[in-house]
Amino acid sequence: MYSNKIVLHFPSNLVDKPIIYKLCKDFDLEFNILKTFVNPKEEGLMVLELKGDKEQYDKAIKYLKKEGIKFQTLSKDVTRDEEKCVHCGLCLSVCPSSAFEVNLETREVSFRKEKCIACGMCVDVCPYKAMKVKF
Amino acid sequence: MIKTIAQINEKIKQGKVVVVTAEEMKTIVKDKGASLAVRNVDIVTTATFGPMCSSGVYFNIKQPKPKIKLGGSRVFLNGVEAYAGFAAADIFIGAAALSPEGPRNSIYPGEFKYGGAHVIEDLVRGKDIKLEAAVYGTDCYPAKKIKTLINIRDINEAVLFNFRNAYQNYNAAANVSDKVIYTYMGTLRPNLGNVTYCSAGQLSPLLNDPLYRTIGIGTKIFLGGGQGYIAWQGTQHNPLVKRAENKTPLSPAATVAVIGDLKQMSGQWLRGTSFRGYGATLTVGIGVPIPIIDEEAARHAAVTDEQIFTQVIDYSKVYPQGAKEILAKVSYAELKSGEIKIAGKKVPTASISSYYKAREICQILKKRIEGKEFFLTEPVAPLPR
Repeated sequence: MYSNKIVLHFPSNLVDKPIIYKLCKDFDLEFNILKTFVNPKEEGLMVLELKGDKEQYDKAIKYLKKEGIKFQTLSKDVTRDEEKCVHCGLCLSVCPSSAFEVNLETREVSFRKEKCIACGMCVDVCPYKAMKVKF
Repeated sequence: MIKTIAQINEKIKQGKVVVVTAEEMKTIVKDKGASLAVRNVDIVTTATFGPMCSSGVYFNIKQPKPKIKLGGSRVFLNGVEAYAGFAAADIFIGAAALSPEGPRNSIYPGEFKYGGAHVIEDLVRGKDIKLEAAVYGTDCYPAKKIKTLINIRDINEAVLFNFRNAYQNYNAAANVSDKVIYTYMGTLRPNLGNVTYCSAGQLSPLLNDPLYRTIGIGTKIFLGGGQGYIAWQGTQHNPLVKRAENKTPLSPAATVAVIGDLKQMSGQWLRGTSFRGYGATLTVGIGVPIPIIDEEAARHAAVTDEQIFTQVIDYSKVYPQGAKEILAKVSYAELKSGEIKIAGKKVPTASISSYYKAREICQILKKRIEGKEFFLTEPVAPLPR
């Protein structure tokens, strides 16, 4: 039994497709949805745990790539450039896993890596390019 | 008037001046009252650190041989278009300038990774900047093109000149439409998904001197890490808006134009900034000392986030169409709590300006005054009231 946690970025044109159903039906994978962010006409994001036969898993990944879904293994490889971060807090309202926390007195924003699901939302929203995700 | 600026400067010279940050002033006035505070405190330091698009730098390059006239031709700095409608060797680069070849918003939402503000940050950090121009040539300036590296060390003058900065209060932004929008107030999620705001609130210079009694034309300030001056009222300066009882405006009001020697400044306090789907801008650090000349000045500088209000505006329709409706009136204390309520709905909030960095500037300015590196100036003219 193979298991892996992955992050999927759906382009807006694929949001309406039953991708997860296919993973289950065609590749016989067991899935557990950890987080989702899917809105009509908007880029979607999903964090999944997939379990199943390794060969089937690899085929499923190939299928996802073919469909044009950006894919990454969930890992703790989002980093913050401390020189670039100005602690504005824009990341706070987009982070789905509450990985950022603000000190109510100093307004210093801390990044709690252990809570990060490497979705990349903060990377897009940070005006100072302080957040980086390595694929 | 209890104290004059000249008397306060004398105290700085003698090492007897009492400087507190705006945050500290709130506590002092709350605990001891304004009449005691005015006797105990000479200067309150205020600051803001946020994106300010109407910012730019002008500089003068050393002439090559043969000489060149840039005036009237198109000039590029690291590919970003600068303005050269002046004499032979003067160039102005604006924070929001872009490369004419860049993708801009054609792949929507654009990333705007490198614009005029990034050129300014690179310049101030001492990096080489590629200067390119093709010009028409004259009898006195025969060169027809230039492609060279320039550096802040070897250009004649470099001056930061921002003609609208440090807004006295600003809108909070929301999005009532059903799709995500990309604005200068950041990415706004659909159906009131979030609210962003951009003011240092109780630390903000013009909110601590709401009637511009001491801040005026000629006021010396902390600017981008160096020293600068308030040169004029900023564009869109509008002192006539509605105000609360404590005199703070309820919507965007006063602005200032600021000027200073770029060669003294640092990349830490002038940051190239990119707003997805919107453009490039410069995040500027500004600190303003407020002399506590009388009880009214002390009272004004004691204003807290609970007592400063702004309006939440819809940026999907109301703002673009120039309509007047507001979604809600909220205090900065509410905005800073991380969540506000609009029509019964809980909406998460996020700040664009950095309160944390504004606090740091308040401390730096306080130390500079205590260290006799920074003296106050008397305004030469008031800001329009």
